[in-house]
Amino acid sequence: MTLEILFSPLKEPLILGTAIGILVGGIAMIAGITYFKKWTWLYKNYFTSVDHKKIGIMYIFVALIMLFKGGIEALLMRAQTAVPQNKILDSNHYNEIFTTHGVLMILFVAMPFVIGLMNVAIPLQIGARDVAFPRLNLLSFWLFLVGCALLNISFIIGGSPNAGWTSYFPLAGIEFSPGIQNNYYAWSLQIAGIGTLATGINFVTTIIKMRAPGMTWMKIPMFTWSCLITNVIITFAFPVLTVALVLMTLDRQFGTKFFAMTDGGMDMLWANLFWVWGHPEVYIVILPAFGIFSEVIATFSRKNLFGYGSMVASMVIISLLSFMVWAHHFYTMGHGVLVNGVFSVTTMLIAVPTGVKMFNWLLTMRHGRITFTTPMLYALGFIPIFTIGGVTGVMLAMASADYQYHNTLFLVAHFHYVLIPGTVFGLLAGYHYWWPKMFNFRLNEKIGKVGFWMIVVGFNVTFFPMFILGLNGAARRMYTYSESTGYAPLQMLSFIGALVLVAGFASLVYNIYYSIRYAPRETNGDPWDARSLEWATHSPVPEYNFAIVPQVSQLDEFWYAKKEGRDLHAGKIEDIHMPNNSGAPLWMSVVMGLLTFFFIFNQFMIVIPLAVITLLFMAYRSFEIDEGHHIHAHEVEETERRMRGDR
Amino acid sequence: MRKKLLTMPIVAALLAIVLSGCEPLMVLNPKGPNAETLSNTIILSIITMAVILLVVYLLLFFMLKNYRASKMGADYEPPHEAGNHKLEIIWTVIPILIVSFLSVVTIYTTDKVEKKPEGYGNKEALVIYASSSEWKWHFSYPEEGIETVNYAMIPTDRPIEFRLYSFGTIASFWVPQLAGQKYAMADMLTTIHLAADHEGDYWGRNSNFNGEGFADQEFTVTATKQKDFDSWVKDVKASEPALTEKEFDKLLKPSVVGRSSYSSTHLSFSPAPMDHKDMMKADKYTESKKGSKTSDQTEHDMDDMDEMDK
Amino acid sequence: MSKHNNSVPLEYSTEENDLKIFGFWVFLGAEIVLFATLFTVYFVLVDRTGSGPIGADLFELKPLLIETFLLLTSSFTIGLGVHAMRLGRVKPMIFFYVITLLLGAGFVATEVDEFLHFIHEGATIQTSAFTSSLFTLLGTHGAHVSFGLLWGTAIIIQVVRHGINARTANKAFIFSLYWHFLDVVWIFLFSFIYLKGMM
Repeated sequence: MTLEILFSPLKEPLILGTAIGILVGGIAMIAGITYFKKWTWLYKNYFTSVDHKKIGIMYIFVALIMLFKGGIEALLMRAQTAVPQNKILDSNHYNEIFTTHGVLMILFVAMPFVIGLMNVAIPLQIGARDVAFPRLNLLSFWLFLVGCALLNISFIIGGSPNAGWTSYFPLAGIEFSPGIQNNYYAWSLQIAGIGTLATGINFVTTIIKMRAPGMTWMKIPMFTWSCLITNVIITFAFPVLTVALVLMTLDRQFGTKFFAMTDGGMDMLWANLFWVWGHPEVYIVILPAFGIFSEVIATFSRKNLFGYGSMVASMVIISLLSFMVWAHHFYTMGHGVLVNGVFSVTTMLIAVPTGVKMFNWLLTMRHGRITFTTPMLYALGFIPIFTIGGVTGVMLAMASADYQYHNTLFLVAHFHYVLIPGTVFGLLAGYHYWWPKMFNFRLNEKIGKVGFWMIVVGFNVTFFPMFILGLNGAARRMYTYSESTGYAPLQMLSFIGALVLVAGFASLVYNIYYSIRYAPRETNGDPWDARSLEWATHSPVPEYNFAIVPQVSQLDEFWYAKKEGRDLHAGKIEDIHMPNNSGAPLWMSVVMGLLTFFFIFNQFMIVIPLAVITLLFMAYRSFEIDEGHHIHAHEVEETERRMRGDR
Repeated sequence: MRKKLLTMPIVAALLAIVLSGCEPLMVLNPKGPNAETLSNTIILSIITMAVILLVVYLLLFFMLKNYRASKMGADYEPPHEAGNHKLEIIWTVIPILIVSFLSVVTIYTTDKVEKKPEGYGNKEALVIYASSSEWKWHFSYPEEGIETVNYAMIPTDRPIEFRLYSFGTIASFWVPQLAGQKYAMADMLTTIHLAADHEGDYWGRNSNFNGEGFADQEFTVTATKQKDFDSWVKDVKASEPALTEKEFDKLLKPSVVGRSSYSSTHLSFSPAPMDHKDMMKADKYTESKKGSKTSDQTEHDMDDMDEMDK
Repeated sequence: MSKHNNSVPLEYSTEENDLKIFGFWVFLGAEIVLFATLFTVYFVLVDRTGSGPIGADLFELKPLLIETFLLLTSSFTIGLGVHAMRLGRVKPMIFFYVITLLLGAGFVATEVDEFLHFIHEGATIQTSAFTSSLFTLLGTHGAHVSFGLLWGTAIIIQVVRHGINARTANKAFIFSLYWHFLDVVWIFLFSFIYLKGMM
C-alpha cells in the first residue's frame, strides 16, 4: 500500500482540518506536560498506578474527550441534514461519521464513563482497599485506550469504518467494503472488548468476595448492586462480541465464508451475533445509571430507597430478559409470526421491571425532603424524559408496528431518548455527585444547573422532531434528502437543538476550569450528607481507602452511624497491604496496539514478532514475584491525622 | 423550574406538529389495508402510552410540589419507609395487564399483515418479484413477463404479493402508505402482502443503509385501475426491449440509475432464491441426501422456479 | 495482607489466592459463552456446505480416538499432579504435570495432522461456511490447548525452582482447572461435531 493511499483521507479539507486540530491539540497537551515537567509525575502517579481511584479518573478523562469528538460528529451530521441537498459532507464521509459516532458514543464514551465511575465508587462503597485484581484493572484501561486510539487513528490513516456501528454483512464484507477501513472496526472493538471483559471478571470477583464484614447481599448499596449485575452481563455478553469480531476478521482478512453470499454463508448470522451482544450491551450502560439514580434520589430526598428488594429483583429480571430480546432488532427479516410474537412479548416484558423501578424512585421522594442539587436535577430530568424513551420502546417492541418504525428516525429518536436521559444523565449525575470524592471540591452548582437546563432543552429540541420525521417516512443514515420530502423545517430545528446541546456539554468543561480555580475546598469527606460508605472516608481518598475497614450491620450504615454519632472507624490501625504499581500493562498494551495496527493492514511479518513479545510479557508476569508492599501503621496514622487536621 | 421540566417534551411536541404543517404524516396516512392495520396499531399504542406517561408525570409533579425542602420546614426529618407490598403489587400487575393487551394486539396485527389481505373476494394475488441491487430496485412480473427498474405498477383493489430478495447487501423494502418494511436478502426470499385501495403514486425506498448510494435508492409504486394496468403491461410488452443477461449484468453494477422497462424478466436466467419456508424443507432434503455431497442450491432453485411457472 | 489459613488447601491459603481461583471460575464462565457461541455458529452452518465436502466425508475415527484418548488421559494425569501437590510431594507433581503436557502436545500434533488431512480432502477454512466454522471451532480449542502447553511449562519451571508454596500451588491449581475445562470442551466437540457428523 503506498503512502498516498494511506493518507488519502487527508485530501478532504474537513478531515485535514480535524487532523490538524487533533495534532495541534495533542502537541499542545504534550508541550504543556513537558513544560510543567509533569511526565514523570504522570507516569508514576497515573499511567502505572494500580489504584482504582486513579484508573477511574483516567477512564472518565478519556470518556469526556471522546464525548466531545462524538458530539462534534453528531453536530456535523445535523449540520449536513439541516437543509436539503446540503454539501458539507459527501455520502462516504457522512457514512464514516455516523459509524464512528455510534461506536465512539457506546464503546468509548458510555462504557469508559460507566467503568470509570465503577472504579471510583465501588471499592469505596463496599469498604474494600482496591479491586480484586488491581494490575488487570490497569491492563483493562490501557487495552480500552488502545482500542479507542485505533478508532481515532483510522480517521487520518486509511479511513474510518463506514458500514454503520452495526456493520451488517454483506455490506461490511470485503466484497462491498474493500480496503482496510472496516478492519479498524473489528480490531478496535476487539481489543477494547477484551479489556472490558477483564473488567467484568474483575468487578464480579471484587463485589462478591471483597465486601466489608457484615455487608450481606441485601445490605449492598444500590449502585454496587447495579454494577454487579452489569458486570455479570459483561462477562456473559462480551465473549459473543469477541467471537463475532473474530469471524468478521476471518471473513474479511482470511477469506472464510461465515457471512459470505456464496458457499453457504449466512449474512443474517452476523446480525444475530451482533445483537446477542448488542442488546445486553444497552443494559450494560443503563443499569449502572439506574444505580446512580437510586443513590442520588435517596441522598437528596434524605430518605432510604423505597422498595430495595424489588429494585434488586427488577434488575436481575432485566438482566435475564436482556439476553432474550435480540431478534427485535430485525423483526423485518421475515421470521414468522410466532418468532416475532415471542420476541415482542419478551421485549415488552422489560417494561414491567423498569416501571417498578420508576415507581420506586417516585415513592422514594414521597415524605422526603428534596433538595435540587445538580446531580438531583439530572435524576429528576431523567424520570419524565426517559419515560418517553421507555414508552416508545414498548411501541417499537410491537412487531407489526415496528415494520413502520424500523430503520427510521423514529427509532433514532427512541434510542437517544433512552440513552441520553438514561445513560448520559445518569453518568452526569454520578460525575457531579462523586466529583468531590475524586477531588476535594465540588463542581460549581450554578454552572452545573445552567448546563443541565441547556442539555435538557437542547436534547428535546434535537430529538423530539425525529419521532415525527420518522413517522413521515424519513429513514436513518441518509446523508441527504430532497426538498419535496418536507423534512427540512424539522431537520433544521433538530440542528438548532444540537447547537444548544453542544453548548450545554461545553459548559461542563468550563465548570471544571471554573471550579478548579474558584471552588472552596472541602473540609469534610461527606459534602452531600450522603448515605453509603464511600462518604465515610476522607476526600480525596487516601491510597488505602479506609484506615480501618468499617463493620457493617445494615443498609446505609454510614447514614445511621452519623445519626447515632457512632464512629465507624473505631479500632487499632494496623499495617495495610497494598499492590505495587506496574508499567507492564502500559507497555504490553502498546505492543498489542502496534500488533493490531499492523494486523489491520495485513502486515503479518510484523505481527508475528509483536505477538511473541506479547507472550513474553505474559511470561514475565507469570515468573514475576510481586508480593506488594505494606503501608506501616504509623504512616497510616500520620495520614489520618493530617486528613483530620484539614477538617 | 420543575414545571418547565414537565412541560418541555409537550412544548417540543406541539412545536413539532405545528412546524410539520397540516399534512398528515405518511405512516399515519395509509392507502391500503396493510398500512391501515399498522396505522391503527400505532395510534392505539400511542394512546395507551400517553396514559402511562400522564400517570408518571402526575406522580412526579405531586412529589416535587409537596416534598421539596423549602416546603418541609427546617426540622423535618424524613421517615424510614422500606416499601409497600400493596403498591408494589399494583404497579407490577397493571403493567403486566397492559403488556398482555399489547401482546395480543401485536400478534393479531402481525398475523394480519403477514397474510393475503382480506376483502378482495377471490381475486388471486398479483406476484411481483422486487429485487435490490446497489442502489436500485428491479421489479419482475413473472405472469406478465415484463420487468421494470425503480418503479412498479400495480392494479388497485387486488391483493399484491411482493417477493423480495437482494443481489448484494441487505435492503429493506418500504412503501409507508401501503405496507410496513421487509428485508430483501441474498440467500432467501421474503414476502410482503399488500393492496392499494386508492389510485395514486406511492413513494417507496430502501430504508436499510447499504453504502454510498443509499440515500438515492428510491422508487415509486403507482396504483391504477386494473384496466389501465393491463394496457400498461401491453404497452411495455410491445414497445420495450427484452432484458438480456448482458444488459442485466450491467444494471447490477453499483450505480444510481433512473427508471427503465423491459419486455422480459431476469428470472429466466437468474432465478430468485428459495422461500424461507422452502429453505426449511431444503435443510431436511440435504439431510436425507447426506453422504452424496450435493446440496447444490441453484439446482434446487430451478426446480422451485419451474413449479412457480406452472 | 497475606494471612495464612491452614484449614484450607495451600492453593486457597491466602486472600489473594482465594480471589484468583474465584476470578478464574468467572473467567471460565466467559469461556463457556465463547465456546457456546462457536458451537451455535457451527450448528447454524453445518448443513451449508456449498459445493464443498460434508462432515461425513472428512471425519475419521482413528485420529479422533487418539485425540480423545490423549486428552482424557491428560486430564487424569493432571488430577494426579494436583493430588501429589496437596500431599506436598514435588517430584511426583512435576512428573505428572510433565506427562500431562506431553499428552497435550501429542493431542496438538494429532490435530495438526488431522487438519492436513482435511485440507487434503479439499476442505480448507475458505471452502464453505461449514468448513469455516469447523476449522474455527476446532482451531479455537486447539489454540487453547497450545497456549496451555506454554503456560504449563512456565508453571513447571516455577515449581522446579521454588518448590510447592502458596504461590506456585495456586498457579498449578488454576492451570489444572483450565486443563479440565478444555477436556470438557473436547467431550462436546467429540459428541456433537464428530459423532453427529459421522452418523
